[in-house]
Amino acid sequence: MTRRDNILLNIDWFTVFLWVALVVFGWMNIYSANIMKGDGTVMDFSQRYGKQFIWLLVSIILILIIFLLDAKFFPFFAYLLYGITIVTLLAVLVFGKEINGAKSWFVIGGFQFQPSEFAKLFTALALARLLSSYGFVLKNFKSLVLAGSIILAPALLIMVQPDLGSMMVYFAFIFVLYREGFPQNLMVLGSILIILFVITLLVEKIYILPVIWIIALIVIKLFKVPLKSVLYIFAAGILPAGILVFFMQSGQQVMGYESVILISIAASLLFALIIAIRLRNNNLYKIIAGMVISILFVISVDYAINNTLKEHQKQRIYVTLGIEDDPQGVGYNVNQSKIAIGSGGFSGKGFLNGTQTKLQFVPEQSTDFIFCTVGEEWGFIGASAVVILFVLMIVRLVILSERQRSDFSRIYGYGFISVLIVHFTVNVGMTIGLFPVIGIPLPFFSYGGSSLLAFTLFLFIFLKLDSNRKELLR
Amino acid sequence: MKYFDNRKYVFIAIAIIIGLVFITKLFLLQVVERSYKVSAENNSQRHVVTYPSRGLIYDRNGELLVSNQAAYDVMVSPVNVSEFDTTEFCSLLGIGRDNFLERLNRAKNYSWRINSVFMKQVEFKIAAVLHEKMYKFPGFTLQSRPLRTYPRPIASHVLGYIGEVNEKNIQSDDYYSAGDYIGVIGIEKSYEEVLRGEKGLKVYLKDVHNRIIGPYEEGKYDMPVKVGRDIAISLDAEIQEYAETLMQPFIGSVVAIEPSSGEILTMVSAPTVNPNLLIGRNLGSTIKKLSADTLNPLFNRAVMAQYPPGSTFKTINALVGLQEGVITTETSYYCDYGFYYRGIHVGCHNHETPLDLIGGIQNSCNTYFCNVFRRIMENPGYENTEESFNHWRDHVTSFGFGEKLGLDFASELKGNIPTASYYDRYYSKGHWNFLTILSMAIGQGELLITPIQMANMTATIANRGYYITPHLIKKIDGQDHIDEEFVRRNFTTIDSSNFVPVVDGMDLAVNGGPGSTARIARIRDITVCGKTGTAENPHGEDHSIFIAFAPKDDPKIALAVYVENEGFGGTWAAPIASLVIEKYLTGEVKRTWLENYVRNGNTNDEETEE
Ligand SMILES: [Zn+2]
Repeated sequence: MTRRDNILLNIDWFTVFLWVALVVFGWMNIYSANIMKGDGTVMDFSQRYGKQFIWLLVSIILILIIFLLDAKFFPFFAYLLYGITIVTLLAVLVFGKEINGAKSWFVIGGFQFQPSEFAKLFTALALARLLSSYGFVLKNFKSLVLAGSIILAPALLIMVQPDLGSMMVYFAFIFVLYREGFPQNLMVLGSILIILFVITLLVEKIYILPVIWIIALIVIKLFKVPLKSVLYIFAAGILPAGILVFFMQSGQQVMGYESVILISIAASLLFALIIAIRLRNNNLYKIIAGMVISILFVISVDYAINNTLKEHQKQRIYVTLGIEDDPQGVGYNVNQSKIAIGSGGFSGKGFLNGTQTKLQFVPEQSTDFIFCTVGEEWGFIGASAVVILFVLMIVRLVILSERQRSDFSRIYGYGFISVLIVHFTVNVGMTIGLFPVIGIPLPFFSYGGSSLLAFTLFLFIFLKLDSNRKELLR
Repeated sequence: MKYFDNRKYVFIAIAIIIGLVFITKLFLLQVVERSYKVSAENNSQRHVVTYPSRGLIYDRNGELLVSNQAAYDVMVSPVNVSEFDTTEFCSLLGIGRDNFLERLNRAKNYSWRINSVFMKQVEFKIAAVLHEKMYKFPGFTLQSRPLRTYPRPIASHVLGYIGEVNEKNIQSDDYYSAGDYIGVIGIEKSYEEVLRGEKGLKVYLKDVHNRIIGPYEEGKYDMPVKVGRDIAISLDAEIQEYAETLMQPFIGSVVAIEPSSGEILTMVSAPTVNPNLLIGRNLGSTIKKLSADTLNPLFNRAVMAQYPPGSTFKTINALVGLQEGVITTETSYYCDYGFYYRGIHVGCHNHETPLDLIGGIQNSCNTYFCNVFRRIMENPGYENTEESFNHWRDHVTSFGFGEKLGLDFASELKGNIPTASYYDRYYSKGHWNFLTILSMAIGQGELLITPIQMANMTATIANRGYYITPHLIKKIDGQDHIDEEFVRRNFTTIDSSNFVPVVDGMDLAVNGGPGSTARIARIRDITVCGKTGTAENPHGEDHSIFIAFAPKDDPKIALAVYVENEGFGGTWAAPIASLVIEKYLTGEVKRTWLENYVRNGNTNDEETEE
C-alpha cells in the first residue's frame, strides 16, 4: 500500500504534456496578440503577456503544492471549500467591481480576481464528495434534490451578477450525473428544460405554453393512448378556452389571455389525470408530470427575467444570446474573428506575422477570442492542432477517470471533463461562428489569471488523485 | 461501482464529433472559402471609422445656438510607424524630438495596434498642411473631431458641453471608444443619442505598402455613417440673452415658462459662463478653474439651488385654505404690526387694516397668513394637527414640490417639503402643533424650493390649477417633438375657482394702490400679476424673490426670479421680472430708466452697504 515514493512514476505524463503544450502555445498567442515584432521583453509586466507569464509561474507553484498535499485532503475538505466558494460568490455581489456590465470581479491591488472561475472546480469537488458518499443512489428524490442544489446554488449566484456565459457552464454537470447513472427520463427532462430556458428568452410565454400543450398531446398519442382519450383531453382544454375567449370578445374583460391559457391547460391536465388513473397508464403520469414541470419552469424563468433583472442586465443577456442585434458589438466581433481566421489560410502567416490592423476591432482578442490569433498566424494546421490537443485531453481524461478505484476520483474527473467540453465547444464554436457569442474563456489558452489558475488546479487535482489511485484497494 | 461504464463511450464520441465538426468548419473557413482567403502578398484590410457630425441646436425661433467647427486629432497606430523624416513632422506640429518620443511611447503603452491620440485638436491651419503630407508619415492619421461653437455666448447652463468619454462611458456603452466625445451635462447630455448620430465604418483592402487598393469585399462589411439630428429647444435666445444681461450684476436665477405648453423660455443661472470657454483642449483646465471659483459659476442654480420660497408661498397657503374650506374670500383679520400668540411674535409692516384675502395677498400681510395657517392646521374636520398637516402637504406636493419635476434636463434637485414623521422625530408624536411649524405660513422654515419649481408654481397659478411638466425640447430634425410626458396636464388638488381670488390678489400686488408690494413691476397696457418674497438666509443677507405671470387673462409667460443676498423681493427681483415680461410680450423695453436702475444694481447696492 505504500507507493508514495513512486509518485513521479504514477503521474500521467501524457496529460501533463498536453497541458504544457496548450499553456505554452496559448502564451505565445497572447504574446503575439499584444506585441509587435522584435520589441518588448517577456518580462514587461505592464503588458498582458508579462502578467500571464507570472500567472504561469504561480500555476507551477500551485501544482507543486497540490502534489505535496495528501490526496485525502480533497475529499475531506470538499464541502468546506464549497462553502467558502458560496460565501465568496455572495461577497462579490456586494463588494465586487462591475466590469463590462457584470459584477463578478474582486479588485485587490492591481490584480483582478474572478471567483466564478474557481467556483466550477469547488462545485465539482463537492458534487464528487456527495455522489461518492456511502449509500448514495441517484435515483431517489432526496439525492437528486441534493445534487441539484449543489450545482444550482453557485449557478444562480453567478446569474445574478449577471454573467450568463459562466452560469451556463453549470449545465455541464448534468453530464456528470449522466455518467453516474442519472435516469434516462430525467436526462430527457433536463434537455427539455435547457431548450425551454432558451426559448423562453426568445418568445413570449403566451405562445410557448399552448405549444407545450400541443406537443404533450402528440407525445401522449405516440405512447399508445387511445385516440378517443386524446381527443377528450384536447376538448377539455379547448372548451374552457373557447368560452372564455367568447366572453372576452363580447367586451367583458374578466382576465388576461395568459390566465385563459393557464386555466385551459389546467382543465386539460386534470382530465388527462383522470384518464391516466382509469387506464393505469404510467407513461401518461410521466408526461403530465413533465408538462407541469415545464410550464412552471417557463413561468418562473419568464418571471425572473422580467421582474428581477434590470434593463441593462436584460440587454446584456439578449445580446449574449444573439436575440438582439448589436452591430457595433458582439455580432461584429464574430465577423472580424472569422475574417482573421480565414485570412490565415492553410499554413498561416507565421508567428508574430498576423496582419496588424485587422484585429483592432476585436476587443477580446487575448481573452475570449484568442483562438482567432491561432487561426490567423498558424493557419489551418495550427488551429486543427489545438482542436486535436483538446480532443486528446478529453479522451485521455475519460480513460484516466475510468481507471479510478475511488468513486470520488472518477466523479471529480468527469466533473472536469464536462466543464472542459463545454468551455472548449462554446469558445471555439463562437470564434468560428458556429455558436452565439457567449463570453467564456478557452481553457489554458485565454489571457486571464483566474481562468488559467482555476483550470490548472482543476486538472492537477485530478492528476494528483490519479497518481494515488493504487493506494486505494477496492 | 461501474454500473454505467458504457456511458463513457458517449463522452469519447462527443469529444471526437465536436473535434471533427470544428476541423471541418476550419477547413471550410481557411482553405476552401475564397472570400476569407488572403493572397500571398499579404493583403489586409484597413478600417476607417467615419465620425458623424453632431446635430445642431436651435432656439424656438430657429436661431442657431450651437454649431460645429472642424478640429483634428493626430492619431497614431505604433505598429505601422516606420522610418520617416521626424524633423519635418516635429516642426509641423511644433514639438521637440523628446516630446515626440514621449507621445509615441504613451501611444505604445496604450496599444501597439489600436489607433490612439498622438496630439489633440491641432489648429486648422496645421491640420490642412498635415493633410497633404500625411502619406510621408506612415502610422499617423488625422481624425476629425466634433468641436462645438456658440454663435451667441449664452445659455451655457442649459446647453451644457461635450467632452471626451471616460472609462465609465466606454464600459457602459459599447458605442464609445477612447477619444470619442459625449455630452457631459445639459441638453448635450440629455439628448446625446439624438445629437451624436451613428459612427460609420469603411473596410478597405490594402497592399504591403500600406496603400489602399479598394473596398474590401465590395463594401460588404461597411456601415454607413448616420449624421446627428438637429434639435430645436424651447429657449428664446433674445429673452435668454436679455435676462442674462440683467442678472449680470447679481447672483441668482431667472426661469420663465410658457404656461400653456410648459416650454421653458428662459433659464438663467448667474453668474453665467461663456460657453465658448467650454470647448477644445483647454476644457479640463477651464472646468478646474471655474470649480475653484467661490461663486461656483458651474452650479446651475435654476435647477439645483434650493431656497425657502418666502412670501410667494402665501399664494399656496391661501389656495389650500380655500380648498379646505377653512377660509373664504371674505375672511378678514386685523393686523397690529404682527401676529402674537402665546409669546410667539411674527412681525408685519405698516398697512391698512383689517384685510380680506385679496388684500392679504396684495399687502403680503404676515398676520393674515399666520391666521390662515392656524385655521388649516386646526381644521375641525380632522382629528388632529397631524391629519390636517398631511392634507396640507398633499395639496402642496400636487404643485410638484418636494420631488423632481422630471425635466428633460439632468441634475435637477428635489427641494424639500417636510413630512409629519420629520416633526414626529424632532418633537415626538403629538407634541407639535401649528405654532411649532408657523414659519411655513410665510414660506420660511424647512421649506426648500428650486427656481424651476417656483416658476412651475407660477405657471400653475397662471393656468388656474394645472401645469405641464417644464421641458426644453421643441423639435427633433424639424419635426415637432412632443413626448407624452410633456403634453399631459398635471392637475393640482385645488379647484380652478379657488385660483380666482389669489390671481386677483397678485394683480393688485402689482397694480393696486399704496401698500401694494410690487408696484415697481407695473407695465403700461399689460396686466402683470405678481408676488414678492424674501427668503431667509442663515448664512448672510436674505434672498430677493419675485414670481409673476402676464397677461392676467391669457398668460403667455410665467416666471420666477431669485436674486441672492439682496433683501426684499420688490427691490431687484420684481424689476428684473417686469423687464423680461415687457421684452417678451412687446419685443422692446421702453422703460430705460428701470433698465439702468437694474444694470447699476450692484454699484447702488455697494454704496448702501458702505
Ligand atoms: Zn400685516
